[in-house]
Amino acid sequence: MRIKQASDGAAATPVRQKMSPKKKRRIATFGLLAILGLAFILPLASYSVHFLGSSAIAQDVGTTVNPRSNYWRAVKEGVGGYTAVQGAESGILITPGGTEWQTTRDGIVGKYLPWAIVGMAAILVLYHLVWGRKNKLDEVRSGRKLKRWNWFDRLVHWITAVTFIALAITGLSMLIGKTLLIPLLGKAGFALWAQTSITIHNVIGPVFSVGIVLMIVMWIWHNIPNATDMQWFKQGGGLFSNSHPPAGRMNGGEKVWFWLVAIVGLAVCITGLVLVAPIYGIAIPAWANALPLVEGSRGQMQQANLIHAVLSIGWTAIALGHIYIGTAGSEGSFEGMSTGYVSAEWAKQHHNQWYDNAAASGKVIEPGSAQSQDVPERSIPATAPS
Amino acid sequence: MARMKFLCDAERCIECNGCVTACKNENEVPWGVNRRRVVTLDDGKPGEKSISVACMHCSDAPCQAVCPVDCFVTTGDGIVLHDKDLCIGCGYCFYACPFGAPQYPQQSSFGARGKMDKCTFCAGGPEEANLSDAEYEKYGRNRIAEGKLPMCAEMCATKALIAGDGDEIADIYRERVLRRGGRPQTWGWETAYTEG
Repeated sequence: MRIKQASDGAAATPVRQKMSPKKKRRIATFGLLAILGLAFILPLASYSVHFLGSSAIAQDVGTTVNPRSNYWRAVKEGVGGYTAVQGAESGILITPGGTEWQTTRDGIVGKYLPWAIVGMAAILVLYHLVWGRKNKLDEVRSGRKLKRWNWFDRLVHWITAVTFIALAITGLSMLIGKTLLIPLLGKAGFALWAQTSITIHNVIGPVFSVGIVLMIVMWIWHNIPNATDMQWFKQGGGLFSNSHPPAGRMNGGEKVWFWLVAIVGLAVCITGLVLVAPIYGIAIPAWANALPLVEGSRGQMQQANLIHAVLSIGWTAIALGHIYIGTAGSEGSFEGMSTGYVSAEWAKQHHNQWYDNAAASGKVIEPGSAQSQDVPERSIPATAPS
Repeated sequence: MARMKFLCDAERCIECNGCVTACKNENEVPWGVNRRRVVTLDDGKPGEKSISVACMHCSDAPCQAVCPVDCFVTTGDGIVLHDKDLCIGCGYCFYACPFGAPQYPQQSSFGARGKMDKCTFCAGGPEEANLSDAEYEKYGRNRIAEGKLPMCAEMCATKALIAGDGDEIADIYRERVLRRGGRPQTWGWETAYTEG
């Protein structure tokens, strides 16, 4: 009002000069900056309480930590207590590992990994269509034979092979049957199959394990890597060429398959036995708890289950390759494991060093000789050159 | 629709194991199986806490997700039920459950664990409730079908364990916490007892 009065009588003595637009702008700018600055700084004022060290004031404004929060956090992470109820890990209130196991099993392992088997099958079909013609023997069979596997070798091989296929089918039923088979069989029908599967899996799993151990013990001497194998790998195993890389009794590829069976096989068998141990009433030994991957009995089960599933799926995919090469993939291979004898032509083509040694030490069985009486009837006969 | 829940008030539970006994008796749970148990944390030390725990009837239950034969059903009331006709006893629900709820009653020959057994919220199995002897033998008492709440909570002497519609039990608990003078958002806050 005073200003107004003053300006009313401005004609004589102007009390106050009019603000220049420049000054106005400057005041507005600084004012705005001050407001912005204070808006950032003022909320931090409560920190000054801490800097001054008066924690009592801080408590009053409600910044104390709940004295129990760490306690419950520990419980949530699996710290247990006492319970009158007896049972495995019954004192533990919350085990967080279960959900992680479940999401991994149903996620990466259950959803994506089984495609590896489909992918491998597709690759093999494609390979057979493109390069399948070169699986034939180069020379005509003369009827000369070499003994490759004795009856015990073959017995162990076929027991392991049959149980492998049964375990793969029943194991995959447990993992992906929910997605694949429930729509086909219905819940009740699939439950019946799953019950059969799990029983078969648990009963023949130990039989299979014995087979794996026997194979390792029997065949490890044939499968020590050597320099010839390096050459074999350099030539790609002759998979994509018409040449036949050098090999002894076992070629590089067979040796890789052997070590895969030995290492992956043992891992799968051990994890499988860990999974069935509580059912058979076998306690997992205390020293196993010291192993890096293991924590507590349910933790053991979860990790064993994941390792078992991942390795078995990968193994099944690779086994398809073994089955292909042993049957349709190369002529004359199958009779080695079915009759125990291979033709000299097959040996010359695929295992030249082994053939040369055998020929040098007179181990090649000539047709009509005394030894040829042992060669089974079902052995593929010589095809006379016409 | 109601969403059924259990809530155990750690400030009230006195570790009497009455809920465990009530459950075993009401449902004739087989020897060796406990659908509910009381865990005491820091047992014997000042400030020990006891909690009664059973199946929590999760809204996104890991057991249901992992079951290879898909034998779990979540009812409209949010109760997770388990079909003993389909169950193959693989034990995966036991690995997956954070609360150790699934239990295995028997060890038959050929490595089968037997049918899994767990808390049913006293609601029987997923089949149509018929209150028959067969249903009782398989799953225990179907109190929900009789219009009653789970026996464990009904028997709790200190009313530490409450069961029922989630909204209702949350209201009961909130009121308790407010009376104690703590903050409702911090579960287990014990101002009433420790800070006078």
